[in-house]
Amino acid sequence: MISFSSVVKRYPGGQEGLKGVSFAIEAGEFAFVAGHSGAGKSTLLKLIPAIERPSSGAVLVNGQNVGALKRAALPYLRRNLGLVFQDQKLLYDRSVYDNVMLPLAFSELGGREAARRARAALEKVGLLAREKANPIQLSGGEQQRLAIARAVVNRPSVLIADEPTASLDAESAAAILEIFADFNKVGVTVLVASHDEALIGRFAKRVLRLAGGSLVQ
Amino acid sequence: MKTWLRQHRQAIAAAFGKLAAQKAAAALNAVVIGIALSLPAGGYALLSSLRNVTLGAALEPQLSVFLRTEIKRPEADALGARLKTDARVSDVRFVSREQALKELQATEGLAEVVAALSRNPLPDAFVVRPKLANAAVLDALATELRAIAGVAHVQVDSAWARRLGALAGTARLAIALLAALLAFGLVAITFNTIRLQVLTQRAEIEISKLIGATDAFIRRPFFYLGALQGLAGGLVALAILGASLAALNIGVSELASSYGSSFRLAFLNAGDALAVVLFSAALGWFGAFLSVSKYLLEIEPK
Repeated sequence: MISFSSVVKRYPGGQEGLKGVSFAIEAGEFAFVAGHSGAGKSTLLKLIPAIERPSSGAVLVNGQNVGALKRAALPYLRRNLGLVFQDQKLLYDRSVYDNVMLPLAFSELGGREAARRARAALEKVGLLAREKANPIQLSGGEQQRLAIARAVVNRPSVLIADEPTASLDAESAAAILEIFADFNKVGVTVLVASHDEALIGRFAKRVLRLAGGSLVQ
Repeated sequence: MKTWLRQHRQAIAAAFGKLAAQKAAAALNAVVIGIALSLPAGGYALLSSLRNVTLGAALEPQLSVFLRTEIKRPEADALGARLKTDARVSDVRFVSREQALKELQATEGLAEVVAALSRNPLPDAFVVRPKLANAAVLDALATELRAIAGVAHVQVDSAWARRLGALAGTARLAIALLAALLAFGLVAITFNTIRLQVLTQRAEIEISKLIGATDAFIRRPFFYLGALQGLAGGLVALAILGASLAALNIGVSELASSYGSSFRLAFLNAGDALAVVLFSAALGWFGAFLSVSKYLLEIEPK
């Protein structure tokens, strides 16, 4: 499903974000990427949707070498990935419902089916009652749930989350991870980056531990 | 196809939404574009009106051969037959003195002058059209015709018409240059407006790219916005032109009527008016295309 083979990411200036990282995630697996700030977690996750390109090595997603993809092919790769970020990346001039509808605007779905899908995603994360609200009116945890709804509305095969609980209290953070676990139960591959060892410890899942750009176990 | 149409419908709605969100700025842009376009459009309308006035004038070189008043019709016919057999002549038309007077009466502003005449002072004449428009051939032919007994005067008629034609050609060129210059201005205005829109929506573009929107999908609303802005500018240009011509025609009609003429500056015909609006929309689209092509590449998710 996802495999890294001797992946090195070197930034302009020579700083290395990743130093020869290799691992594989199987379809339907749930894994954490753990490590302190600056360990390379975000860099690793950004290589999967080709937000960053590897300096050397290969990143394969569903057998496709994403590092070699042309610019025009990237949207089609990203439509199969659900991305969740620490800062949510929501549109604050649109309603909750419109934010979730955004990925469906360029899908093949008709208007009625798209609306049904969006409401189903909002219901899944417990935000259907707030579909008309502006994201700014939501709490941090609710905003993160909205970001998850937007990430899963296209029914991606992989869900990638970069520090989705970093700005949340322990209870909200656990609730967010439960949502990820629910999606994993229905076959979605989940990869979550987090520096919160206590939270990771609550879920008996595989952990890819990074330190200084290298996998340490 | 259905998806493609839906996406275009959404892009048009988004473009209208952007215009509606910035009504004052959009209106000002349309006025600026309208003023810029009304100048060449006005020049074109003016030239079209003048061309209609001079349409009857012969632009092809021709010679008017005026006969002496004492020449009788059989002698005139003989001269006409001789001219028709001349290898250098392509066409000969006889204009009798009676016909010439009628044509003079029909000329705007001269009816009263002709009516005041006690007798017809005009001679019989031939209008001779040479095969070649060469000045040397014309001069040689005119000299020969002047030497014929019974010919009072030979006039090379085309000179003034050619001068007018050359003047009109120069004016057309000036208008074309002005139009090109102002078209560049329109593209620059749209380029800048769309640049600001792209920068304002930087976050939305970045998110759209992250969740799988293609460049074509992201660009489309901006293209429609540029085209709509151009379209609005074209309509404003027509409104400015219509109002200006109406105001000018008050003075023009007074001046023309003092010469016994009903001349008015005419508005563009439907085809030309449509061309102005479509041309403006196309330039708006082009400005948006240049702007989005440049700035969209600079926005990538981080």
